[in-house]
Amino acid sequence: MSTASDQLPRWITLGVIPFLNLLAAFVVSGLVVLLIGEDPIEAVGILIWGAFGFGEGVGYTLYYTTNFVFTGLAFAVAFHCGLFNIGAEGQAYLGGLGAALVCLHLDFLPLPLIALLAIAAAALFGAGWAFVPGYLQAKRGSHIVITTIMFNFIASALMVYLLVNVMAPPGKMAPETRTFDESARLPFMHAALEWIGIDIPQSPLNLTFFLALLCCLLVWLLIWRTRLGYEIRTVGISPSAAAYAGISTARLTVIAMAISGALAGFLAVNEIMGVQHRLLLDFTAGYGFVGIAVALMGRSHPVGIFFAALLFGALYQGGAELSFEKPKITREMVVVIQGLVILFAGALEHMFRPQITALYHRLAPSPKPSEA
Amino acid sequence: MKTSGIIAAVAALAMSATAAFAEFKPAVVFDMGGKFDKSFNEGVFNGVEKFKAETGVEYAEFEVTNPSQREQALRNFARRGHDPILAIGFAQAEALSKVAAEYPDTRFAIIDMFVDLPNVQSIEFKEHEGSFLVGMLAGLASQTGKVGFVGGMDIPLIRKFACGYVQGVKAANAEAEVFQNMTGTTPAAWNDPVRGGELAKSQFDSGADVIYAAAGGTGLGVLQTAADEGKLSIGVDSNQNHLHPGSVLTSMLKRVDVAAYETFKSGMDDTWKPGSQILGLAEDGVGWALDDNNSSLITDDMKAAVEKAQADIIAGTISVHNYMSDNSCPD
Repeated sequence: MSTASDQLPRWITLGVIPFLNLLAAFVVSGLVVLLIGEDPIEAVGILIWGAFGFGEGVGYTLYYTTNFVFTGLAFAVAFHCGLFNIGAEGQAYLGGLGAALVCLHLDFLPLPLIALLAIAAAALFGAGWAFVPGYLQAKRGSHIVITTIMFNFIASALMVYLLVNVMAPPGKMAPETRTFDESARLPFMHAALEWIGIDIPQSPLNLTFFLALLCCLLVWLLIWRTRLGYEIRTVGISPSAAAYAGISTARLTVIAMAISGALAGFLAVNEIMGVQHRLLLDFTAGYGFVGIAVALMGRSHPVGIFFAALLFGALYQGGAELSFEKPKITREMVVVIQGLVILFAGALEHMFRPQITALYHRLAPSPKPSEA
Repeated sequence: MKTSGIIAAVAALAMSATAAFAEFKPAVVFDMGGKFDKSFNEGVFNGVEKFKAETGVEYAEFEVTNPSQREQALRNFARRGHDPILAIGFAQAEALSKVAAEYPDTRFAIIDMFVDLPNVQSIEFKEHEGSFLVGMLAGLASQTGKVGFVGGMDIPLIRKFACGYVQGVKAANAEAEVFQNMTGTTPAAWNDPVRGGELAKSQFDSGADVIYAAAGGTGLGVLQTAADEGKLSIGVDSNQNHLHPGSVLTSMLKRVDVAAYETFKSGMDDTWKPGSQILGLAEDGVGWALDDNNSSLITDDMKAAVEKAQADIIAGTISVHNYMSDNSCPD
């Protein structure tokens, strides 16, 4: 895709550069922490311990990771098609409606069947919500960035209307549906592992994690091993070349957006069916937007996305632990640290590239025969 | 190397929690609005700060940023031996009932919701009663016979405010017309003073001359607009009369600060009791504010009428319909 990356071996582009970006983010965060009078080394220690140091922390980290994998993949699929889908938030919100409708009204079915139907419904509703902006982009030229972000607002308004006026049981204070029956909840990981005799601490981590891993594999297969994926990438790299080759850009725009929306909808499976067990306001909590950073950081590749999601999961959980331990480090501070990571890893990803490239070529002279 | 130190510190913390049981360590979990929301959470913050200033006892606090952190925060505090633990807002009820069941020896309290567990104190308010009184004042103060209501986010709780207000207005002036607007449908509606000001402006343009703002930070815009237009407004939650003296007719008081303070205080004095507390006019949990800033606006007749209504509500001869009892408001 880019010519610059050809000059560097993969271990540098995929390993060294992201690591340096991350390091820079932590150094700057450290300065901020120092500024408010805390010890940055200790803060990093608490952050890492909070994310990976104990069972419950790991559970929370992986639970956040699950969310970020879905939204990251959602963004990546559209991005491969040259589309900037910033509507994962709304698509996931609508996905929640789909999953909740199944869990509320079909809870007489056995759990595996409910789970499948809820997953399908979440995907369908998410895809449907992404389909409209996709269609408008394809047929009417309405810019996808504008329409998807506006659809986030529409989704939010629609869900509030439904929860306040239609779905909330009378007399219930919070605008949320009733709690799902036991039979319509995805088992938590600690419960599932208990069945086979493994004891792990309680956390919101649930079986949706495996769906996230499966989606990583499926997206990889789709993008790099199928004809559709090839077409998607072609449209993404050069729409005119794609058109010349007889690929319908309009059709692929719609399809890529629908797939993207479906992936975003899976976030709801984790949140609604796996953790909250009821449909509530704002369960998407910004995961859709962080997914953009996750996908950019992971270079839109499922493996990269998984690790970027893990990083952000760790930041979320470690950050929460940090504000427990250090009252001075408020949740706003944690957002600053997360923001710096996004800035350095996403927006400034090429900042160190020229220097690294120069250094690499000085240390390892190009063995290309063309030099001779 | 650093992590081992931290683990040791945490272990020490856990040990001290069990060893020094006498140490009083209250904790509060604010909800997503944050402790500086100029409204509900901030009222609690003021209450617990007052407690800290008076007793010198430090409290632990956490502000949640996403729904799943509610449970995590409550459990974290319980595990570290904090007691009592105060959860702010109805949204935490679900998480609280789970965690409170896991830690039956820890005392919990929640504001704005009822949780039926032996170690939970539930504190709710009769906002409809307080709103009824300020509605009466609005009806009596209005020259045009038209008054307004600007709500924050469109949720049942705010409709409860609106419904009580409308009943109060009609009690004072059966012919009065009430304009109602909700600022929005997302939590952003709690903090949108510009939109609040616009809604107030449009209600003033339609002939209203008193507007009740039950909208958190958004209400500040309503109050500002009323002051700019030379009309009247009614504040909410805390006493906002001082914001624009002479323009804020009164404020509907909802004493979350007192509730939070009392929770910690009773926890310390060992007078804490579980169960439900529904604080209305009789319990001084809600009320209306009269001070130097608005005394010129409240005539003796108005004061007498409202005080009579207040006594009647406490005595039970007037019953104010609670919107949330059946999700509807009588016309």
